[in-house]
Amino acid sequence: MARSANVTRRGFITSVMAFAGSVMGVVVGLPVIGYLISPALNAKKSDAWIPAGKLDTYPLGVPTSFSFTRTQVNGWEKTVNSFSVYVLRDASNQVKVFSSICTHLGCRVSFHKSSEEYICPCHDAHFNINGGVVSGPPPRPLNQYESKVDNGNLMIHVIEA
Amino acid sequence: MISKRMFPWLDERLGISGIYKTIFDRMVPKVNWWFTLGSATLFLFALQVVTGIMLSVYYVPSPDKAYDSIQYIMNGVAFGWLIRGIHHWGATLMVITVFLHMLRVFFYAAYKYPREITWTTGVLLLLATLGMGFTGYLLPWDQKAYWATTVGTSIAGAVPGIGDFILRALRGGNDLSGVTLARFFSAHIWMFPLIIIALIGVHLYLVIRIGISSIPKENE
Repeated sequence: MARSANVTRRGFITSVMAFAGSVMGVVVGLPVIGYLISPALNAKKSDAWIPAGKLDTYPLGVPTSFSFTRTQVNGWEKTVNSFSVYVLRDASNQVKVFSSICTHLGCRVSFHKSSEEYICPCHDAHFNINGGVVSGPPPRPLNQYESKVDNGNLMIHVIEA
Repeated sequence: MISKRMFPWLDERLGISGIYKTIFDRMVPKVNWWFTLGSATLFLFALQVVTGIMLSVYYVPSPDKAYDSIQYIMNGVAFGWLIRGIHHWGATLMVITVFLHMLRVFFYAAYKYPREITWTTGVLLLLATLGMGFTGYLLPWDQKAYWATTVGTSIAGAVPGIGDFILRALRGGNDLSGVTLARFFSAHIWMFPLIIIALIGVHLYLVIRIGISSIPKENE
């Protein structure tokens, strides 16, 4: 009976059930895999040019603070990161944009006009007006952002991992 | 094929074909399609377990994130709408199949000796299924969920004497709050499922042990 060329009633039903079961398994199973790995597929490296206003408004030779925020969305969670930079314009309109994050342990530095230095309040690090280390524990100069001038507007390039 | 030699080896040690014969090759009387409703319910329950586990990957049972996490499942995750849709409609369908299954057993008088315990566990399974529906309904944490649970728990609070206590026990306080959401979530994914799995175990054991009843005939 099992080897007969004719399909038995039981054999037919078994095949149909196996086929229907496999189809349902695939229809449910594949989306489930996609559902689970979905966040891994959106590998996004966001980078943006942040408008920082007219370049003319930044005084010559004096580092001027500029702050902005960036919003990151992870699933149902929104995180707002605040950034603070120092913009330094020289007479030939060359612009340097320094991160105010101390390269030692990440405190915020502030520019002191009296000494013409960026000073970190945490461990008394001193950076000169061009970001170089004068004294204190920092291992390297202040980080700089790439910048460009577009129609007289200063643009700061921010890359987020 | 290697499985031709592997299977007898495994079967000798695990007794797979014995289990198969007991469950699938058992004697059944000539019955009709109404007798498939139990299997349909079991299938839907398995589907609810799978899709429910999947939903718990992204769902957060907290008042400030529950709604947002579901929006993320619906719009941000691949096939999230499908998984949630199956869970939503599967729940509705399961209540229907459970009820029809009960009506079939009732009208064919299959609850009588020696199947009283099968019937009793079945009734408990019906109540647990309704409990799953009631607790699951709050989890989306939208207006409908919030007010439906407000009304539902108030109805439970109308019991004479101990009503207030029942209401506070259900809500985890006087008001519907994040505490309510957390305990409904816990009931929905832990307590009721474990109760249901245990009862299904007893229910199926009895169905297999006693066998199913035949359709009553005129002069019986």
